[in-house]
Amino acid sequence: MTVAVRVIPCLDVDAGRVVKGVNFENLRDAGDPVELAARYDAEGADEVTFLDVSASSGNRETMVDVVRRTADQVFVPLTVGGGVRSTDDVDRLLRAGADKVGVNTAAIARPELVAEIADRFGNQVLTLSVDARRVTGEVTTPSGYEVTTHGGRRGTGIDAVEWAERAAGLGAGEILLNSMDADGTTGGFDLEMLRAVRERVTVPLIASGGAGTPEHFVEAARAGADAVLAASVFHFGALTVGQVKDAMRAAGVVVR
Amino acid sequence: GRPRVVVLDYGFGNVRSAVRALERVGADVELTADRDAAAEAHGLVVPGVGAFAACMEGLRAVRGDQVVDRRLAGGRPVLGICVGMQVMFDAGVEHGVRAEGLGEWRGVVEHLDAPVVPHMGWSGVDAASGSTLFRGVEDERFYFVHSYGAQTFAQGHDEAADPRYTPPRVTWAEHGPDGGAVRFVAAVEDGPLSATQFHPEKSGDAGATLLENWVRSL
Repeated sequence: MTVAVRVIPCLDVDAGRVVKGVNFENLRDAGDPVELAARYDAEGADEVTFLDVSASSGNRETMVDVVRRTADQVFVPLTVGGGVRSTDDVDRLLRAGADKVGVNTAAIARPELVAEIADRFGNQVLTLSVDARRVTGEVTTPSGYEVTTHGGRRGTGIDAVEWAERAAGLGAGEILLNSMDADGTTGGFDLEMLRAVRERVTVPLIASGGAGTPEHFVEAARAGADAVLAASVFHFGALTVGQVKDAMRAAGVVVR
Repeated sequence: GRPRVVVLDYGFGNVRSAVRALERVGADVELTADRDAAAEAHGLVVPGVGAFAACMEGLRAVRGDQVVDRRLAGGRPVLGICVGMQVMFDAGVEHGVRAEGLGEWRGVVEHLDAPVVPHMGWSGVDAASGSTLFRGVEDERFYFVHSYGAQTFAQGHDEAADPRYTPPRVTWAEHGPDGGAVRFVAAVEDGPLSATQFHPEKSGDAGATLLENWVRSL
């Protein structure tokens, strides 16, 4: 009775609307995150993640309302990330109905934030997002991967594997490992990086970035991912959650 | 009429989801820490996330411990969820610190010794035979997120000697690799006191059925 490998669709949300293209049949409003989350739930998604890509604080308030309306209708776990900088931000999202909160850049600048959130709400609410890429040129890190910010455009010189391990030690309940090299390529997850982090962290690990085919999800599970996250393949209708799970099940991966 | 359910609002737990999930299955739900309302409702739900000790403190601050005691003494149903189940045991040990629980059940809630912790995600259970809660969803998966669990469940000898005594129905689950998994209590049904380690309010249709089974029993 092993825990199932979770399949998690991720939606980018700005000003209360899903911003990447969405291609579903029979959808009244392809830009409504609440309706889309319900659709993914009905398709068998094990969790849904919203990434708040809003630039303005007014839009962040809108996000809280989106979370509230989603929690009223969707009865699988909801993770919300993007722009979380303080325990008060976490509190606001949890009260609105989020089950977990994703933290990224703010924790790189101030790692104590991870411990502060875990101490106040428990480590199970905290998903640490790591946007990582292979180091190139003059920069070197022990693992060969570094943490990036600004959507992968800026390197930090921080070793990605060490950062994941440190964050888990500080109280991150799970690690969302996003490959900035693979992101958007649909060429498959960065399995090497996934294995490197898996060897060093004992909290759940979510693979992200690069999904294109159902087989890619199988490979990530075999490389040690506890969950697999994807955005565009689901949004554009290239794959359904059901198709991904069928492939995983056929390959012997435990799914719900 | 619709069964009246109070979700105890003591500052811990994803109460919004619990309220909505109970409404979805036909309960008339109130979110409150009011002792009279909590005492008089047909059913009381004790949610809980985070640390055991902090939840116990929060519970005592609203006299939730007394409300639970009184309800159970009067045979009135209570449902604990996640840490709301863990606090029904004698104690919890987190980071080496022991905190007293409500002591309704013998046993101590301890860290899960597994390769990947928290146990986060959808797991199956070994539903107790004759279970009311799991009727129709015995073979489904439920959403768990926890690092601690009750890994034993002891029945009281005095109670067992009483001919009127009905033993609790205990549902178990496992986490970890085949052959080396840690076993823990996933749910208990003990007269008026029921509890689940997983989150039925986040367990999709299977969770809804379980909550409906409970609401219908009120």
